[in-house]
Amino acid sequence: MTTDATSDPNDGVSVDGTGQNQSDVFRGESHAAESRRGSTEKGISARSVPAFVAGEELADLAEFDSRIVVMTADLASANRLIDFKARHPDRFFNMGIAEKNMITAGAGLASTGLIPFVGTFASFAGLLGFEQIRTDCAYPGMSVRVLAHHSGMSLGYYGSSHHALEDLAAMRAVADLTVACAADGNQLRAMLRASLDKKGAIYLRLGRGRDPEVYAKVPEDFEFGRATQLRDGRDVTIISTGSEVHASLGAADLLSEKGFSVRVLDMHTIKPLDVTSVVAAANETSAVVTVEEHSVIGGLGSAVAEVLADHQLSVPFFRHGVNDEYVLVGPPAALYAHYRLDAKGVAEVVEERCRVG
Amino acid sequence: MGKLDVGERTRLDEKALFVRLETLRLTRIAGAGHYSGTFSAAEILAALYYHELKLDPARPEWPERDRFVLSKGHAAIGLYPILADLGYFDPAQLETYTRLGSAFGDHPDMRKVRGIDFSSGSLGHGLSIGVGMALGGRVQSLDFRVYVMVGDAELNEGQIWEAAMSAGHFKLDSLVCIVDRNQLGIDGRTEDVMAVEPIEDRFTSFGWEVQRIDGHSVDQIVNALDTAKLASRQPHVIIADTVKGKGVKRMELDVNWHVGNLSPEDYEEVYEELLAGGSR
Repeated sequence: MTTDATSDPNDGVSVDGTGQNQSDVFRGESHAAESRRGSTEKGISARSVPAFVAGEELADLAEFDSRIVVMTADLASANRLIDFKARHPDRFFNMGIAEKNMITAGAGLASTGLIPFVGTFASFAGLLGFEQIRTDCAYPGMSVRVLAHHSGMSLGYYGSSHHALEDLAAMRAVADLTVACAADGNQLRAMLRASLDKKGAIYLRLGRGRDPEVYAKVPEDFEFGRATQLRDGRDVTIISTGSEVHASLGAADLLSEKGFSVRVLDMHTIKPLDVTSVVAAANETSAVVTVEEHSVIGGLGSAVAEVLADHQLSVPFFRHGVNDEYVLVGPPAALYAHYRLDAKGVAEVVEERCRVG
Repeated sequence: MGKLDVGERTRLDEKALFVRLETLRLTRIAGAGHYSGTFSAAEILAALYYHELKLDPARPEWPERDRFVLSKGHAAIGLYPILADLGYFDPAQLETYTRLGSAFGDHPDMRKVRGIDFSSGSLGHGLSIGVGMALGGRVQSLDFRVYVMVGDAELNEGQIWEAAMSAGHFKLDSLVCIVDRNQLGIDGRTEDVMAVEPIEDRFTSFGWEVQRIDGHSVDQIVNALDTAKLASRQPHVIIADTVKGKGVKRMELDVNWHVGNLSPEDYEEVYEELLAGGSR
């Protein structure tokens, strides 16, 4: 993983977690600067693809779609939505540190026919702003797109106030809300493009902004609600989402070296869930493991468990994520290693739980 | 701007009476309802919908229509009859009020009721909706104004002040907030439960242009709405001093009538009282 001492610890790719320059989170970094630096990941071929491409992508889309407006809550640099502001200043609103007002005002904007993309830390979007998303966006059917970035524990040693390990559980319970997690910048671009033709509110859960590449290019066949099978296999299916897709692919590589045949599903859309692909995994592979940077309560794992139960499918199954606890303080990479949410950890968990043959 | 002529004043007062009588009638269907917080707002609703708002009931989605957000959504019982009266839907539909599957709940749902510009019910949200609508008008160069009615006790909600701060910051002069200053929350007088005064100073300090009027005088309401249209590069707030329960003596400034249900005998008595009070 990256050993660049100037990198933000919250890029989460430092195995030993030595990065200490936390201020980078708020300054953000341009796409170009990030691309120049690049990074490598130990054990897994990886190229850093900055995931905070929303500002740039939306600015491109807004050249052709005048419905797009962008809002943030004093985090325009951290989430790079400032890249949108630079090109469309009249369509950008910094709402200050007032997330509830931002989300509800987004709903008001949407009611006039616009498509607002509102971005802030997932802890303040999905947790602080829960009622505004539910009551002002989803219930009235407003086309607000919430960009909930720095989700999970990716804000590292900022601590639990800044972690969002419960947002999927909350969002998944909201009717008329699409809930999806971007695995990398290329997939995020596809999601943003697809979102323009979609009615109703969308909660987009994003990672730390420097997620390693999963998709070499923007997936043209992206469709909300239809999982992407990244690997096929017989022994076990790893169903993952968002920031854990890359680690799951790495785990699949490590497991295949040991002779396991692993299917990897990118369940980017948590709601509506791709039930068909879950049922197929249960029927066609010998075990199912879900992997998510979220509490094991209420998120992807619970969603998959519900499908297995509803369809009375008997298959060895395990939910891997964060147990019912507030996680330790530490640099993200150290946390991922500790909670076995890096490639090595995921591989170990899968092997322990799903020993076959 | 100027004084209303006698005919218009009488017409608006009659519409305010209509709001109160319909509130009585619909509450009987529901079995309980928010009489008093609707009675306090009756003249304001009448002045807005029958005099001020630029609307076309045949085109509820008209992009350049004025918007009205009833942030104090519990007064929807007074708004539905107005929308029916204006032709947004058949008044006969109101017979279903609050019954299973009705479009008309205690708080308004824009996806079910034609003419409702935004769903409401959770206090403190409506002013933020209005901020978004006003920004939306600005972005699209659409010529409409946004009116948001909030309750006075609703000013306790923190999000109101987030919205007020942003409206001042963005100088949203197409936005008008009307505070139904009916003096009571559910548990008592606002100043006893959680003080909201000085409301003028608070809004002024957030960058708003402030007017304070008698909220039961249609003359003053119309005049204030006219004044709010003068270009000022500021959002406008009209603090309408009202009486919760206005028009029915037993309900006026009595917290026990925030939600209530009149007995059949009392119903007739109150109905007659309102008719006798008529247009004040």
